[in-house]
This record gives sequence, structure tokens and C-alpha cells, in this order.
Amino acid sequence: MHIVACVKQTPDSAALITVADGRVNWGDAAMVVNPWDEYAIEEAIRLKEKHGGRATALTMGPERARDALKSCIAMGCDGGVLVADAALAGSDARATARVLAAAIQKLGDVDVVIFGKQAIDGDSGIVPLAVARLLGWSPLSYVLQIAALDAGARTIEVARLLEEGRQLCSAQLPVVISVVKDINEPRYPTFAGIRRAGSAQIPIWSLSDLGLDEQQVGAAAATVAWQAVRAPAARAGAVEILAGENLANTVALLADRLQAEKVT
Amino acid sequence: MTQPGLWVYIDQFQGAAMSASWEALGAACELSTHLQTEVAALVFGNNAEAIAREALACGASAAICCDDATLADFRVEAYASLLASLVAARQPRAVIAPATARARELIATAAVEAGTTVMADAIGLEVQGGVVNVTRPVYAGKLLCTASGVGSQPLFITLRPRAFPKPAVQVEQHPDAIEHVQAVVAEEALRVKVTGYDTVAGQVSLTDASIIVSGGRGVGGPEGFVPVRELATVLGGAMGASRAAVDAGWVPYSHQVGQTGKTVAPDLYVACGISGAIQHQAGMRTAKVIVAINKDREAPIFSLAKYGVVGDLFEVLPALSTEMRKRLGR
Repeated sequence: MHIVACVKQTPDSAALITVADGRVNWGDAAMVVNPWDEYAIEEAIRLKEKHGGRATALTMGPERARDALKSCIAMGCDGGVLVADAALAGSDARATARVLAAAIQKLGDVDVVIFGKQAIDGDSGIVPLAVARLLGWSPLSYVLQIAALDAGARTIEVARLLEEGRQLCSAQLPVVISVVKDINEPRYPTFAGIRRAGSAQIPIWSLSDLGLDEQQVGAAAATVAWQAVRAPAARAGAVEILAGENLANTVALLADRLQAEKVT
Repeated sequence: MTQPGLWVYIDQFQGAAMSASWEALGAACELSTHLQTEVAALVFGNNAEAIAREALACGASAAICCDDATLADFRVEAYASLLASLVAARQPRAVIAPATARARELIATAAVEAGTTVMADAIGLEVQGGVVNVTRPVYAGKLLCTASGVGSQPLFITLRPRAFPKPAVQVEQHPDAIEHVQAVVAEEALRVKVTGYDTVAGQVSLTDASIIVSGGRGVGGPEGFVPVRELATVLGGAMGASRAAVDAGWVPYSHQVGQTGKTVAPDLYVACGISGAIQHQAGMRTAKVIVAINKDREAPIFSLAKYGVVGDLFEVLPALSTEMRKRLGR
């Protein structure tokens, strides 16, 4: 089995993001592995441990995104691949998917690709589905449990989290999965893992390594134009603290407000 | 009649349309008046014609309906191939869908086929000089950005549930405007099989809920969610939770509100024992009225709330449930 976890480097979720002159600034926030992707990495490592083979972390990004791959190796991935190229700047979800799909094809023997549900910066969750479609592999999104995987018969059974509850599905490998948080508890890197990550050789693939053209990616190929970024309006007004003479009065004051607001 | 230029995908589960589907239809009808075009509803499923009729009553000028056994369960490969083939043949101006789990998958997949990408999770749509501008939150709502399509491909847009009003049901304008189309993928070619469901009946979905009562670290344990759930039930709302409560294993992840959980926009959000970390705020800051119940007056949640009670949630919640039950006659 060869399992690939696709990850993205994002600003930490605690970042205080501000915007000035239409440019996004996340202050001195640390760059981290997208929190949703930690579940993808953990699941990739678990599949490898259970079924044998190897787990590879894959990302597209600037050179500093190598740190995200080192975190994956420290957790237990066997290796990482960074796709970096100056022409990739400004890529939209479709271009990103094209690059990741080409990298997965170049890896060659991949059985399962795992993504986090979405990235905490763009928040759109498009890329896993787009990669599945471009590869022609079965998409299984919002997976909260891999119930069974038969490497010999090349079948997989999963539960997906939908609004109504769980949908249970079976599919043939290869598949592209996106996972939600319920699926596992991501492990911490081990000391040995951190040492291995420190010395790991992480190849950098360029567009030409993937057989892609500069016109197919980056700002040149973007199908969506982002015009303006702004901070949302602050919530108006200060809090009204309700405090009656006793609990019953306090609760009655709150109930009055809720009914006056017509929200109950 | 010319082809409607705006398509709205009506997401449904086992024969009932998701309420966010009607919000999307209402938003598209509003948009259509600025674009001199009409709105067609897309209804895919098995025995889905009733939903197509409902769409006509909610403002659609036409419905494109595909009834097929292969579509009985939502499977993105089957649904996306159908949508992509319709888009390729008819080139609508835009395909709009609610940002529900299924419709998000469908739109993301069909957009790739159409050579474009998605403007996901829109909370605002407007037309300027004939161009559709989409406003969407990024960084979990910490920022908003405005986007528009480049080139001539159809736009693919998903709309965040509860960001747009639900249209009033009218009398059907065009009762015979349902067009039936054929599915494009045979069962043998579908590699994903749906083997069953494990659903909780009667549970209010968080993203659709108009009232949410949430518990955080302050509830102290799984049994601490009993009064939280009780108030949610009395108010006819859904129960939410902070990441701290979910990570502690007190309630399942499907209840989590926040940056790595669900983004919600209810009319009323009652935060109980939730300090209000920035990641939690990102998931609920667009609620119309926020009530905070917390022992700690310094908790950041109070800076977001309209009403606050500084006190023990184990005393306040049962008393509030009793009071509201009395007032609402429940």
C-alpha cells in the first residue's frame, strides 16, 4: 500500500488576522500544518501500520512549506514531496488540484490519497474532490471512519459524515478521501521521528518535473478574481449583563429579552 | 422560452429538500431580476418530481428533473457527471447551490469538469455592471473577500446556509415547466456503493438551526450537557459545543462549533460555560443574538454577547428552561 497525505501549510488558527490596504496580515503567527490535515496524516500512518507499505506527505507551496512536511515525517510519514515553483503563485483550487493530481501520478503506485476536510485559510474544501475527478478515482469525502480496507481485494468501506448522520459506503481502490475530525486522535511527533525529519531529504518537484505548463497554473490560469479583502463589521454594542435580585428574576429578565428579540 | 441562465441545485435527502436549498433558490431569483434571465431548479434523485414541483412554487421558472435509480442515494460521481453534461450542453451563466455537505461535493466536482472552480460558501451576491460579485468569508470568517469569475465559463457558487432568506411559497407559476432528463452514468460504472445510513431521527441540524445552545469546558463533563440539551429542546433548537468539550470526549464532533467545527448563523446562540476563544468566535460570530452564560465575567465571550448572565450554568440553565417552557407553553 502506498498512502499519500496531502497537506497545506497555513497560519495557526489562533492567528489574529488583520487587513490593511487590501492585504492580509497574520502578524507573527506561526505557520503550521493545517489542523484538519493532522487527521489525514494520522490516518495515513495508521493505514500504513495496519496494512504495510508507506505513507508519503505531499504539499504544494513555497520553500518554507518544507517545514510542514517535516512535521508529517516527525509524526511517522516515511517521506515527503514538495511541489514548489515560482509560477504557482496565485493558483486557485483547480490549479492546485491539477498540480497535486500530477504529483500523485508521478509517485505512480498510490492506492489511497487522504486530505483534511478543508484548509482553515481558504475554507472551501474543493481540492480533494477536484483531485479525485482529475485522477478519475473514487471520491469519499467527510470520512469519519475507515471501517474496512482489503488490500488484496482492493476494496474500502467508510462512514461519511453528512448533515443527517452517517452514510456508509464501499468503493474500489484507488480512492481520494477527505477526513473529518472524529476519525482519530492525531499523535504527537516522537523524539526519533523528529530526528528522522531533521535529516530527511525532501525532494522539490517543479512544474516541468510534473509535465505541466506555466499557463495551466498560477495567477495566469485563475478562474476566479479576488477583488477585495476586508475585515467583517464588528458587532455593535456592549453586552447587557442581566442580574436580578435572585435567580428567578435574572432568568425572567433574560427570557423577557429573548422574547422581545423574537428569537424564540 | 429562452433557456434559464441561472441554475439552482436543490439538495435533498430521502425525498425532502434541505431548507438551505430554498434559500439558494430565493437568492437566485433575486439575482435573476438584475441579470435579465430566469431560474431553473435542478432536482436529481429517485421519485424527485415532488421536489421539482415545490421548486416551481418557490419561484423557479422551470425545473430540470432527473429521476433514476442510480440517483436514489447521493453519489458524487453520478450526480456530478449528470450536472457536468447538462452544463456542457447548455452553458448556463451560473450554477448556484446550498453549501450543504452533498452539494459542496457536487459543485466542486462538476466545476472541475467545466474547467473552472467554485466560489464556495458565499454570504452575499450582487450584480455590478452585469458582473456577479460574490462575498465569502475566509480564515473562518475573520476576513471577508469579494470575488468574481474570470473568463466565459459558467460560475459555480455555493451559498452558506442561513445567509440568505427563504423565499415565500407562491402558487406554481409554470406547473408544466418540469423537464425530465436522463442519467448519464450506469450503475455498473459507479464504483462507490452506498450500503446504509446511521442517522439520528428528529435531530436539528446545526447549520440549519435558528436556535443553538452550546456548552463548553465549563459544563465539566458529559453529564454537564444534560441541562444544555434540555434548554435546546425547550427552545426547539440544536445543541452545539466548543472544541474543548468535543476534544474532552463529552459530545461527538458533529456538535462542534468553531474554526475546526461548523460555522453557524442562528437567530439565537446561547453560549454556556464557553470562554469564547477566537476559534470558537469564528464559528458563531454572525449569530443574530448571542447570549453568554458564564461564571467568569472576564471571559472573552462577553465582548461578543448582547446579553450576559454571570453565574453558574447549572443553576441558570434549569431555571431558564423552566421559565421558557412556561412562557412558550411547552
